[in-house]
Amino acid sequence: MKKRIIKNKISPLSFNGGWGGSYAEAPESADHIQLKDTYDLFINGKFTAPSSGNYFDSINPANEKRLARVADANEKDVDKAVAAANHAYEKVWSRMPAAERSKYIYRIARIMQERARELAVIESLDGGKPIRESRDIDIPLASAHFFYYAGWADKLDYATPGAKSKPVGVAGQIIPWNFPLLMAAWKIAPALAAGNTVILKPAETTPLTALKLAEIIQEAELPDGVVNILSGAGSTGAALVNHPGIHKIAFTGSTEVGKIIQKSLAGTSKRYSLELGGKAANIIFEDAAIDQAVEGIVNGIFFNQGHVCCAGSRLFVQESIANTVMRKLKDRMETLIVGDPLDKNTDIGAINSKDQLEKIKKYVKIGTSEGGACYQSSCSLPSKGYWFRPTLFTNVSQSSRIVQEEIFGPVLSIQTFRTTEEAIEKANNIPYGLSGGVWTDKGSKIFKVTSQIRAGVIWANTYNKFDPTSPFGGYKESGMGREGGLHGLMPYLEIQH
Amino acid sequence: MTADATLKFFSNTPAIDLAGVEERVVRLTRRSIKKDSKVQALKLAMSMLDLTTLEAKDTPGKVIQLCNKAMHPHDAVPGIPPVAAVCVYPTMVHVAKKALGKSKVKVAAVATAFPGGMTRKKLKVQETKWAVEEGADEIDMVISRGKFLAGEYTYVYDEIAEIKAACGKAHLKVILETGELSTLDNVRRASDLAMQAGADFIKTSTGKIQPAATLPVTLVMLEAIRDYYYATGKKIGMKPAGGIATSKLAIQYLVTLRETLGDGWLTPSLFRFGASSLANDILMQILKQQTGVYQSIDYFSKD
Repeated sequence: MKKRIIKNKISPLSFNGGWGGSYAEAPESADHIQLKDTYDLFINGKFTAPSSGNYFDSINPANEKRLARVADANEKDVDKAVAAANHAYEKVWSRMPAAERSKYIYRIARIMQERARELAVIESLDGGKPIRESRDIDIPLASAHFFYYAGWADKLDYATPGAKSKPVGVAGQIIPWNFPLLMAAWKIAPALAAGNTVILKPAETTPLTALKLAEIIQEAELPDGVVNILSGAGSTGAALVNHPGIHKIAFTGSTEVGKIIQKSLAGTSKRYSLELGGKAANIIFEDAAIDQAVEGIVNGIFFNQGHVCCAGSRLFVQESIANTVMRKLKDRMETLIVGDPLDKNTDIGAINSKDQLEKIKKYVKIGTSEGGACYQSSCSLPSKGYWFRPTLFTNVSQSSRIVQEEIFGPVLSIQTFRTTEEAIEKANNIPYGLSGGVWTDKGSKIFKVTSQIRAGVIWANTYNKFDPTSPFGGYKESGMGREGGLHGLMPYLEIQH
Repeated sequence: MTADATLKFFSNTPAIDLAGVEERVVRLTRRSIKKDSKVQALKLAMSMLDLTTLEAKDTPGKVIQLCNKAMHPHDAVPGIPPVAAVCVYPTMVHVAKKALGKSKVKVAAVATAFPGGMTRKKLKVQETKWAVEEGADEIDMVISRGKFLAGEYTYVYDEIAEIKAACGKAHLKVILETGELSTLDNVRRASDLAMQAGADFIKTSTGKIQPAATLPVTLVMLEAIRDYYYATGKKIGMKPAGGIATSKLAIQYLVTLRETLGDGWLTPSLFRFGASSLANDILMQILKQQTGVYQSIDYFSKD
């Protein structure tokens, strides 16, 4: 009988011992944070009680405790805000010399920088994102957007060579809960630079940093009515979209709501830009720098608990390195710390809301029932609050719902591919087209592949990098229009040739 | 060694992306190590020290002092472990061996025409054997960087393998001198080559060339060790050396180690710091954690 060679099984590395199993707590202090018990609506430069008298709670998703009561704006409040914004547009903001506008915007940027720590802590308290991200990404990027667009305010003639431009008027802006202050900055900064006035509606679950921004706007002595901030739920957003006194709608959120807005606006003179869902392909070729690519996979899907429209939620790995990548990815996932968003060592914070947690759980159930193999890291989770472990799905195909639909959570689906053509075909075989990632050490392959992927933003050998100078937006059901950079001014300008 | 073998050296060597490595390092350095974790890390770092003196003007007296420090870093405070080893030139090995007596502190000798390695192989083997005869428990050799950069990988492999044979029971640390290797791809290739040739440890630097140890270089070497472990089941040690003078930096290295190779490598048998002034900074930090105040450097022995 032939003797079988028995290979010694190599035991996997262990990451949960040593140093007492984990690092000691290192919480960012929240002592200096000043949150009022109740926040009113910010209309015409003043905090104003809602006409309905209704308030709702904004809670901390990490412990389910109430942070503050926030006013619920109805149609009457929207009316007031639209009147204030139109008045400010006609009498003040559109007439002001552009260099003066720019001074105000710079002032907002600087105050945000000065109060960065406070804003970061509130962002993490209200939304559940780790302080590492709110401190290093959200808040610095938000103020960078104001700095960047402040510079454009008096240079608009150069933004439209050979043509003149005018502001659009009053912009109604509706933003999501995943990057609350950053999305407010993406919306407000270019609108103000171009000479528009705005009414911003922050998301229902994360209104606090937008209301802090209202305080900053007061401190910057921005003329009354130039920026109005109305907290509320979907009905507030609908009232904004349908108000005849608004000239432009800018929306970031789900494709579902985006379609409703598009229908509502059809046949009206209102302009609109939509930044909607995504289901990005992150493609790892066999010649990639593998350890760095694994880091890119982690940043792509687990950044901000996966609550990212451009998240790299579909991973495509070339067959020959699939086992290696899977092993490395699982090892890396073991080192991800899930827990208190205010702890400086936390990698993955709380899921933003109970509803979102239910949605993620529902998709994981669907994935399993479709025959997908589910893998989760072994980390412990806090007992109170909304949490979800970093999750992988293998044994899935293009027809799986978890491959086709946006989950908006820390859930990655993994498929392998053999040829470049196959990877490109699968990457494009989706109703979305917001973003994508390509990992290869070969420059020529980067050009070949990225030019064939139908998405608005494609990263090569990195992922989830943002800069105010770079336009962002999607193909297909991921939306229309671009935010950021020179392109981000265009939705807020009427161009005259 | 045949040409086929040269091909085999790098058959599993992946590309290294500098920007990605640097980004990962930044994230690792953002770990906030406080309270109990900090004290544990500091004591661990102390136990991983290769207390080093590598100067031509070294005297037996200085080496004896260093050995005392190695065995008794700060006896006034209980619970501080001795360091892992004392690292000296071969001529000082017998002095160190005698001074350390029956303690568990090892004697490491730099050999193979340290730090340049610019001599013939035969002499390097002889020097290694002599250092071991003198009592060295560990040999820190340098690779022939000139040959490596010229692409003569088989030469470098053979040299390491012969030195390893000459070591006998002594452990072999292979110094890549990453400050002369120019790219992280070269660092990764040299790491793979050294491990395949028989290194027990791979080590960044001699300390005589700048830059010496850096976190990006160390991360790339740790990742090479990880891949080698999964391919063979063998655990290779890592020694960053040179330029690690503060506790804060040492803790960042330990975080990098822990999150790359896991708990199994958090031991002096698989990780060392090559340093001299780090010991007192660790002591100052441990005492600060205990008493809440920094003491003057005059309260710590300079050996």
